[in-house]
Amino acid sequence: MALIELKEVAHAYVARPGGPEDYALKRLDMVWQDGAAYALLGPSGCGKTTTLNIISGLIRPSEGRVLIDHRDVTALAPRDRNVAQVFQFPVIYDTMTVFDNLAFPLRNRKVDRNEIRSRVHEVAEMLELTADLKRRASGLTADVKQKISLGRGLVRKDVAAILFDEPLTVIDPHLKWLLRRKLKQIHQQFSTTLIYVTHDQNEALTFADQVVIMDEGEVLQTGSPRELFENPRHIFVGYFIGSPGMNLMPCRIDGNAAIVEGAPIALGEGIAERGRAAGGELVLGIRPEFLRLKPSAEQGNVPVSVLLAENLGDFKIVTVSLGKLTLKVKVPEDQEVPGEWAYLNFPPEWTKVYADGRLVE
Amino acid sequence: MPVLVIVALSTIIPLMMVVNTSVQDIFGPGNRVFVGTEWFEEVLSDRRLHDALRRQLTFSGLVLLIEIPLGVAIALAMPKRGWGVSVSLVVLALPLVIPWNVIGTIWILFTRPDIGLLGVLVNGLGIQFDHTAAPLDAWVTVMLMEVWHWTPLVALLAYAGLRAIPDAYYQAARIDGASAWAVFRHIQLPKMRGVLMIAVLLRFMDSFLIYAEPFVLTGGGPGDSTTFLSTYLVKLAVGQSAPGPAAAFSLIYFLIVLGICLVFYRALQNVGTGDKR
Amino acid sequence: MRPRKGTIGLILYFLLLLLPIYWMFNISLRTNADILNQFALYPADPTFANYMKIFTDPAWYSGYINSITYVAMNVLISLSVALPAAYAFSRYRFLGDKHMFFWLLANLMAPPAVFLLPFLQLYSTFGLIDTHIAVALAHCLFTVPLAVWILEGFMSGVPREIDETAYLDGYGFPRFFLTIFVPLIRSGIGVTAFFCFMFSWVELLLARALTDTVAKPIAATMTQTVGATGLDWGLLAAAGVLTIVPGALVIWFVRDTMAKGFALGRV
Repeated sequence: MALIELKEVAHAYVARPGGPEDYALKRLDMVWQDGAAYALLGPSGCGKTTTLNIISGLIRPSEGRVLIDHRDVTALAPRDRNVAQVFQFPVIYDTMTVFDNLAFPLRNRKVDRNEIRSRVHEVAEMLELTADLKRRASGLTADVKQKISLGRGLVRKDVAAILFDEPLTVIDPHLKWLLRRKLKQIHQQFSTTLIYVTHDQNEALTFADQVVIMDEGEVLQTGSPRELFENPRHIFVGYFIGSPGMNLMPCRIDGNAAIVEGAPIALGEGIAERGRAAGGELVLGIRPEFLRLKPSAEQGNVPVSVLLAENLGDFKIVTVSLGKLTLKVKVPEDQEVPGEWAYLNFPPEWTKVYADGRLVE
Repeated sequence: MPVLVIVALSTIIPLMMVVNTSVQDIFGPGNRVFVGTEWFEEVLSDRRLHDALRRQLTFSGLVLLIEIPLGVAIALAMPKRGWGVSVSLVVLALPLVIPWNVIGTIWILFTRPDIGLLGVLVNGLGIQFDHTAAPLDAWVTVMLMEVWHWTPLVALLAYAGLRAIPDAYYQAARIDGASAWAVFRHIQLPKMRGVLMIAVLLRFMDSFLIYAEPFVLTGGGPGDSTTFLSTYLVKLAVGQSAPGPAAAFSLIYFLIVLGICLVFYRALQNVGTGDKR
Repeated sequence: MRPRKGTIGLILYFLLLLLPIYWMFNISLRTNADILNQFALYPADPTFANYMKIFTDPAWYSGYINSITYVAMNVLISLSVALPAAYAFSRYRFLGDKHMFFWLLANLMAPPAVFLLPFLQLYSTFGLIDTHIAVALAHCLFTVPLAVWILEGFMSGVPREIDETAYLDGYGFPRFFLTIFVPLIRSGIGVTAFFCFMFSWVELLLARALTDTVAKPIAATMTQTVGATGLDWGLLAAAGVLTIVPGALVIWFVRDTMAKGFALGRV
């Protein structure tokens, strides 16, 4: 249970960084609240693993400080930091039994034998590993091994945070959700801060209270899954979250409306002026879930031609084309989809404008 | 596809035929005069053979005892990144590309009391050292030469095994607070098991068959003190013109080697499958 | 994480490793009289006389040419034989494949001394004594299994899907092998070539036994250098130094391949 802060942290893997492109992590400030479950989401190479390793102490950041519970730990080695980390593929000590594996971190810290025994049993029970305690760790399946890795993190009483670096990558799909549920249980039971790195948005959105989205070494947005969905602050967030992602259309502002492929689209209160003031490249964004497909040309609807309609069970995804652009709309299962021509309605409250990638609000 | 198999087989089979005929040739002279097992009996009861065998086993044992730990220690100390890697590999590999008789020559030049650096140094320290005169000195020199020559191979193999360990293991160990010794014992050594088995196999075999280096250095002497198995075999076959016993001996030698090979091969298979998880 | 203690130990070890070689180099640069008369850590009066003798005396330099010839032959033959064989072992299961593999390994382990007599007989019947090819082939008995073993390891590291994709794309087998497969295991081939070279270059017993004058390797020439005044140390040393040179060159060129091969987990 701890408050973790990263102040003005930046990191470059090269010894003498030249410009911003040498930095794996551009300057950032982050606060990880005590006891919350975070997901760190982003595409490969965006800096999530670097961030994680900086928190656990495996990497010392080129710049900035790391604080745990207001204590500066930037110079501390991982073993002194009360942070545990679970890696992408199971790391276990082959030559030892499951019991010894779990006891390893405690033995290294010279904890008393009886206490070791009780802690190990406690953790084993929680992870349903009690039956395997006497067995050699090397012969077990991947999900059990990951549980052991997790157990090594939990077994330390004082552990402040547990960091996960895409831990379910090698696990069979049907075991994944079992493990995820287990993680949730642990979180509820211990209120340990959890930081879970992944590039799979489903994992992130179902697991976390707060999601941090990163791309190219920067934090783009932090918020609950719902916030990220309804109010993405950055084009990347809009596009990355949701399946399919947000529809993005280059536009320009004319009067009180955005013009997309010649068609005017009404904007929310004041957005147009602020968009004009912000300048730069303007992009209109709206999620397929919020677009409305209408059969007739009512006020403000934009004519489009229907390309494809896919039935996906509870809903359909209709692909339409507006000029040179292709857009997707989610419609309920029972709604009829016109054959060739249709009209799109853009509810202003869900229509977002982005200037140079950033949300105009 | 079948074409490929045919090509492959057609090259392997002649090879094996050579071996088979060799073995039969060995058998041949042994049986030619139909003395049956007499030559085998003669060979097996040859006291000098027993001595050579004893020396051989001692030698091979010592070799393993020294070279394996030393090689592993070197591998652990070698750099993992940067220009140091290439330099280390080159220096390390140097003794391995020297023709074996040259190795013997180098060590003669190095250890002779009159012109060799080591010889002069040791004698200068007051220790009487002459590898052509005293059996102990000869042994020490041969051992030194052998270790100098072949430890790099163990080191290279161990290094390969070490580099194959993924970083995550080291990272987890840092988080678990493991000491350097614990890292060695629980991560590095187990993961190197396969490579080490290969190293043990190779070094044992090579040391068991060794011929050129000690021959050049000591000629098998003084007396018989550094005559190992191969040297003895050649002496028998060529020196004493006793093809019968020599052939019989060859066969026995080959069978011993084959047997040990089998044992190690089995062990290797087990290690291999263990690692596949 | 490099502990300073370890690096110092390593450097010390390297120095010790290089010492005997340096010593030989030292001796090679002095005349015999000089060597025997005084003991010196470095040549006070370096002379290249020994080296000149080697370069000008055909008995000597032909030894080098011979050695290089049969070693090159060996490497070529071994590689071309081993590549298809290793591929077969890697990709196919056929009757007795495990046994054959083991037999190959056993060949590797057999003492050359054992094959001395049979080879002599075999080659003399074919009139192949004292030819380069004879030595090359004899060495193949050991280098081919080694090559197959190493190459098989690398080849198994290449997923079968690559083969299958190539066939689906319409590649004929030879083209696939040469243009796609071989480049993938380039570092493996490098490592293999190095080991074949190494083994063949240093092997003495068979090379000496199977040759007489025409194809005599340098190693044999060296062992026969006994002059009237006893062993010609300087000359011997110079010859020795020159035998290291090709080896050192080969390592130097191959070093990056080796480093990469290690990184890929050769074994």
